[in-house]
Amino acid sequence: MTRKQRRATFIFVSLGILGIAAGLVLYALSDSVTFFYSPSDVAERGVEPGERIRLGGLVEMGSLQKLGDANVRFNVTDFVETISVTHRGVLPDLFREGQGVVAEGAIQQDGTFTADKVLAKHDENYMPPEVADALKRTGNWQGEGAEASHAETYGQGSYP
Amino acid sequence: MIAEFGHFALVLAFVVSLVQMVVPMVGAHRRDAQLIGVANPAALLQFLLVAFAFSALLYLFVVSDFSVKLVFDNSHSEKPMIFKVSGVWGNHEGSMVLWVLILALFGALVALFGKNLPDTLRARVLAVQASIAVAFLLFILLTSNPFLRLDPAPFEGSGLNPILQDRALAFHPPWLYAGYVGFSMTFSFAIAALIEGKVDAAWARWVRPWTLAAWLSLTIGIAMGSWWAYYTLGWGGFWFWDPVENASLMPWIAGTALLHSAIVAEKRGALKSWTILLAILAFSLSLLGTFLVRSGVLTSVHAFAVDPDRGVFILGILVVFVGGSLALYAWRAPLLKTGGIFAPISREGALLMNNLLLSAAVASVFIGTLYPLLLDGLTGAKITVGPPFFNYTFVPIFVPLLCLVPLGPLLGWKRADVKAAAERLIAAAALAFIACLVTFAFAYDGPWLAPFGMALAVWLVVGAASEIAWRIRLFTTPLRESLYRARRLPRAAWGTSLAHGGLGIAVAGIVGVTAWQSELITTLAPGESAEIAGYTLTLERVGMRDGPNYEATVGVVRVEEAGRMIGTLTPEKRRFPAERQEKTEPAIRTNGFADLYVVLGEPSDDGKWVVRAYYNILAPWIWIGGGIMSLGGIMSLADRRLRVGAPTRARLRAAPAE
Repeated sequence: MTRKQRRATFIFVSLGILGIAAGLVLYALSDSVTFFYSPSDVAERGVEPGERIRLGGLVEMGSLQKLGDANVRFNVTDFVETISVTHRGVLPDLFREGQGVVAEGAIQQDGTFTADKVLAKHDENYMPPEVADALKRTGNWQGEGAEASHAETYGQGSYP
Repeated sequence: MIAEFGHFALVLAFVVSLVQMVVPMVGAHRRDAQLIGVANPAALLQFLLVAFAFSALLYLFVVSDFSVKLVFDNSHSEKPMIFKVSGVWGNHEGSMVLWVLILALFGALVALFGKNLPDTLRARVLAVQASIAVAFLLFILLTSNPFLRLDPAPFEGSGLNPILQDRALAFHPPWLYAGYVGFSMTFSFAIAALIEGKVDAAWARWVRPWTLAAWLSLTIGIAMGSWWAYYTLGWGGFWFWDPVENASLMPWIAGTALLHSAIVAEKRGALKSWTILLAILAFSLSLLGTFLVRSGVLTSVHAFAVDPDRGVFILGILVVFVGGSLALYAWRAPLLKTGGIFAPISREGALLMNNLLLSAAVASVFIGTLYPLLLDGLTGAKITVGPPFFNYTFVPIFVPLLCLVPLGPLLGWKRADVKAAAERLIAAAALAFIACLVTFAFAYDGPWLAPFGMALAVWLVVGAASEIAWRIRLFTTPLRESLYRARRLPRAAWGTSLAHGGLGIAVAGIVGVTAWQSELITTLAPGESAEIAGYTLTLERVGMRDGPNYEATVGVVRVEEAGRMIGTLTPEKRRFPAERQEKTEPAIRTNGFADLYVVLGEPSDDGKWVVRAYYNILAPWIWIGGGIMSLGGIMSLADRRLRVGAPTRARLRAAPAE
């Protein structure tokens, strides 16, 4: 094998791997990303029932209900629109009424949302950036004031 | 006063590192021995000053001095001592001081043990290392001063986030930082080599142990972090493809590639400029990780509290270092002489293939992590790139790499006989095939890819063992001869095999959990039972227990297998009054092959409790594999040919059994 052929082999193999990797990435990006919606976005733009999305906002005060058999229902709101969310499982430790939350799942035919994953952050002062942005857009962002409300809601929420 | 002394020490360290950045660099350029001579004492002094500042901070946490804001924010007098100590780096400011401490320590180690490095190279390495210290010390002093006072001083601290009050997590950040910062050392060597305009064997021999040490620390750090996430978050998973996890995975993969290309650079003098590029990339990705974790630009479960100023500052550091080093690379790399011609099928070729696939893997993780940011910036659309993306991209790139792993070490340098190498792997291939059939027979209703995953794991483990067997001529010579050869085998060869074998065991664990995890979500009243994977779980009672700084609701769960009681599990929900938070504490019962994992949830109104359970087949193997990989790293690091102090001596010894 000459030097030229060797170099050609390496370039060919490198480009091949690069091409396959790029193809995989493009395919995956078109197929497996999840869009984030606030309740207002859902109302404005509409989401196909069954399409997998992330729904983010605040957990409406006083909306948490335990339905039995590990099912819970709560409302996610951005103070303009509100969507009822059901979830089966254990809620994360930092899930609180009045706090930011991200629910992953799909809208059902009846307009409610079924979440198979519920995310809250491991930091009491935290608001998921998407939620913060959504609240800013609807004019309900209270900045760091959101922290203060935490103290008040504490204990009323989901404590045993 | 201690806090003020600590702050002052940081300011002095900043000044010293400024001197260390400029004077030795000028000295190396002018070949002025006096100016070059500044490098060593400056590096040692810088380390002592930063160590003093860190000790001051440690002291403030230990004595719970709440007049310091950082201590007030992150500590509490009733917290157990171990978490007072880990509280030092359980927050943004303190962790930055630890970051710089490790950076200064590595610089000091080069100053102390680098006597056999050429003077100009050592001076330049220390100057580049100091430039990183300058950037980060300035960052600490301007945006994240850990020694800020509170007036009046509060009586009690507000506590450490309960989720951070955990033994594995307490020591996970130091390992991670040692890994990130370890790549700063290879980066400094790469930049110094570019400035010098030459890369010789002595350079590569120095870079390898640093790469190995950084890789080892990062491996331990990532494994600990994933183990912590597994047993504490209560989701029953070990890896979530979370941006912050990806931020540590990217330098790890780049570091793995660097580790392998540095071998070629050292042994064969080839791939030099590629090795330098990888060294720059590995550290750039470490910086990127630091940026992602601290700027709050990404949604993550692990990120520190958000502060836009800090994000902008770190982004500035990132741009200067990455941009500057890549520009320097573009300008100077063509000067480097290329050497060591090799055929495509050879050890070099295999290592190059490894590098190509690892780079593609890094690129896929990079795109998956940063694409949401880009899209948000361009269109305002918010998306999440989750596990499905990585399953479609990362996995198909990684699997061919895993298939090639056992083959690489069996190929000869320069030009290899692939048939001879393949013959040595017949046993591995046969056993992998059997593993595939056996898995299929037992788990025919599981995912169809799982049997191939298990075959891959067996292929890796037996392949790694075959390499050792071949090297010591097991079964082809008398046993005594083999044992003699085994003793004479360089530790680096054992290290390679251990790391590759450990990888196989981790793969088995990952395949097991991914393919065959069973999950149960139910509500149980005390006395009621539920079944999972052949086990009967009975919630006997729910009680209360007092911990050192929390009170816990404890569920007592009896575990029975085929009517016979085999143990009790006590999952808890802990409530931390100081932090006013609660934390779920899953209970795990393992037999080494599978974990039974039980989480106690909320009580419902009818007196029942939500109970969530998982049966995770082969889960412990993920971390056993990670541990074996780390052990392989330690073995290689202990190889006397690589020992930091002994590069010159190694040159004289004939390399055995290559």
